[in-house]
Formats: sequence, structure tokens, C-alpha cells
Amino acid sequence: MQQNKLLDFWVGLFVLLGALALLFLALKVGNMSSLSLHSSYSVITKFDNIGGLKVRAPVKSAGVVVGRVGDIKFDDHTYQAIVTLQLDNRYKFPKDSSAKILTSGLLGEQYIGLEPGGDVNALVAGDSIKMTQSAMILENLIGQFLFSKAAEGKGNNQ
Amino acid sequence: MMSNLIVRTITQLGRWVRVSVIELGLAFRTLCAIVMGGLNLWKRPRLVTTQLHFIGNYSLIIILVSGLFVGFVLAYQGYYTLSRYGSAEALGLLVALSLVRELGPVITALLFAGRAGTSLTAEIGLMKAGEQLAAMEMMAINPIHRVLAPRFVAGFIAMPILAMLFTAMGIGGGYLVGVQLIGVDEGAFWSQMQAGVDLWDDIGNGIVKSIVFGFAVTFIAIYQGYQAQPTPEGVSRATTRTVVLSSLMVLWLDFVLTALMFN
Repeated sequence: MQQNKLLDFWVGLFVLLGALALLFLALKVGNMSSLSLHSSYSVITKFDNIGGLKVRAPVKSAGVVVGRVGDIKFDDHTYQAIVTLQLDNRYKFPKDSSAKILTSGLLGEQYIGLEPGGDVNALVAGDSIKMTQSAMILENLIGQFLFSKAAEGKGNNQ
Repeated sequence: MMSNLIVRTITQLGRWVRVSVIELGLAFRTLCAIVMGGLNLWKRPRLVTTQLHFIGNYSLIIILVSGLFVGFVLAYQGYYTLSRYGSAEALGLLVALSLVRELGPVITALLFAGRAGTSLTAEIGLMKAGEQLAAMEMMAINPIHRVLAPRFVAGFIAMPILAMLFTAMGIGGGYLVGVQLIGVDEGAFWSQMQAGVDLWDDIGNGIVKSIVFGFAVTFIAIYQGYQAQPTPEGVSRATTRTVVLSSLMVLWLDFVLTALMFN
């Protein structure tokens, strides 16, 4: 009987270690602590080009994560991307807030930046953000730069 | 002469198919019997805890030490590559993702096959060679329910736990080398990791893998022991086959699971 109790103790310790490892993985390694346990409301935005934005990308305002990208769809009437933002219920934003797609660092992931406007009414579920700014596409930027350089050169020659 | 050769080749192919089908059927029937026996085990949990102690606790040392060293090496090698691109801060993410998604389950399964699988095969094979299984049947005790099922359930439980311990240990090892030794910023190490590792997509993925591997490795080990030739040579051959088969099976399943869960 004593033998059995000792054995049970060791097996229990083994299983407990496993549970601790899972807890460590979930809390310290994974992002369960930042997983939104708060309820959220969804707001619709339309972008001409979303670049490399992905579902679950963060939505930040003043650098603080205030929500996540819930869904990305394509609208074949306006040829725009429809991005649904899931904003944390704790935060309210004015109706005329604007959204733009930004990149963290030079090669980092893309996220949505929310700039609050001045309206007294707050965004509610189902609202859409009218003012949006698309992602910067490197090829387009280079194209614009070359174009303006070429125009400059032409001006100097005359 | 020529037609003779063709007929013989076709006959051999047919025999190979027949033998394969019989073996597959036998394996599946044994699996069903083991699962049925496993379902009845809640009445006698002591059988499982004894095996869990043997399979799980005794594998702890090798799993923990291997995990630690894999983490050490990953941090060194990862730092070497990442520092070329000036993104050494992503070291935590690299170590965590490769361990959680891939190395944790796979290396644990390979070690598990070597440490626990072989001993299961040898034990059951020797029981068979010593006619202990036959003696049990004489006493109207079903050896599949009494001997095979508890070992199977224990292996099934132990493998995910061991894989998680391996992963946690490896990340700890990566932290020790990356942050304490090389001097990557501690905050960036953890925050990059937390930002990049998803609870379901990455950690859940790894756990599903380790459960499948535990199932495959334990079943192969038990089945090889049960089907071993009851001679010393037969047991040794079965043990070898356990390691070879389950290692190949783990690698193959890993490819299939990764391809399935990639999207």
C-alpha cells in the first residue's frame, strides 16, 4: 500500500509538471494574456489597397492595441477591400475617426492605426470608418519617386 | 520461359498484397481490442498509473536534458543567422516557433520511441516468449486488456506531457543562451515571442501533433511486441523494428499533419 502511494505521488508529479509546462507555454510563450477576453464591437472600413494586412493583425491607437482585424473581404462593386475591425468594448472612438494601414519597422508586420477625430458621437457596432489611407506599396512609391525625378530632370533641361 | 517469369512476378505481387492486407487487418483488429480494453480501464486505474510511472517518469530525464540542449543550440544557431539580418531580437520568436510547432513534438516522439517504445516491445515480447501471455489466457484473463491496453493508454497520456515539457525546457534553454549568454534584450526576446506565437495555431498545432505521435509510437511498440517471434532473436528483431518503424512513421505523419494544418 505504501509502495502504491509513493508511485501515485510520482505519477501525480509527472502530470502536474506537464500541466505547468502547458501553462508556461500558454501564458509566457503564447499570447493568451493578450487574448481579448473583453467583448468587442465590429466596425467596417474600406481600403483601396491593404498591402500585406492579415486577419488578427492588431489595431492600434496611439501605439496601444485596441482591437484586432476580424475579417478581410473583397468588394467587386467598388473594387475595394472591406476590412472588419473588432474593437475592444472598453474603448470608444469618435465617428469621424480615420484608419490607415501602417507597418511596424521596416520589414515588420502591418497593422491598422486609428486616428481619433473630433465628433461628439462615438462609433457603434456596424458603423463604418469613412476616412481611410491605404497601405504604402513599395513599388508604387519607387514608381512615383522615379516619375517625379524624371519630371524634375526635364524641367532643368529647359 | 518468358511467360513463366511474368506469371511468377504476378503471383508474387498477389501474395505481397494478400499478406499486407492480412497484416493490416490484424493490426487494426488488435488496435480495436486495445481501445475496447482501454475503455474498461477506468475500473482499474492502478494498471495505468503503474505504466505511466514506467513510461512517463523514467523518460523525464532524457526528455528534459535533450530539450534544454536543443534550446541551447537553437539559440546559438538562430542568433548566427538572425544577426546577419540585424534582427537578433526575433531570436525568441524563432526558438519558440520552431520548438512549439516542430521540434518539440518530433524529437520527443523519436526519443520516446527509443526510450519507452523499445522497452514496451521488449517487455511484451519477452512475456510472450516466456509464455506468460498464454498462461494469462489459460486463466481466462485477456492479455490484450490486461497487458496491452494499460501500456497503450499510458503512452497516449505520457507523450503530449513529455512533448510540452520538452518544448518548455527548450524555450528555457534558448532564453539562457540567447539572453544570459549572448545578450539579446530580454524584453524583446519575450515580447516578440508572445506577439508571434498563437495559442491555437501554434501551440494547439504542436499538441495535436504530439497526441498523434504518441498514439502511433505506442501502438507500433505494443503491436511489435505482441507479434514478436517468441525467441530471443525474434524479440531483438521486434525491438529494432519498433524503433525503425515508429521513427519513419513519426516523420511521415509529421509531414502529413504539417501539410494539413499549414493553411
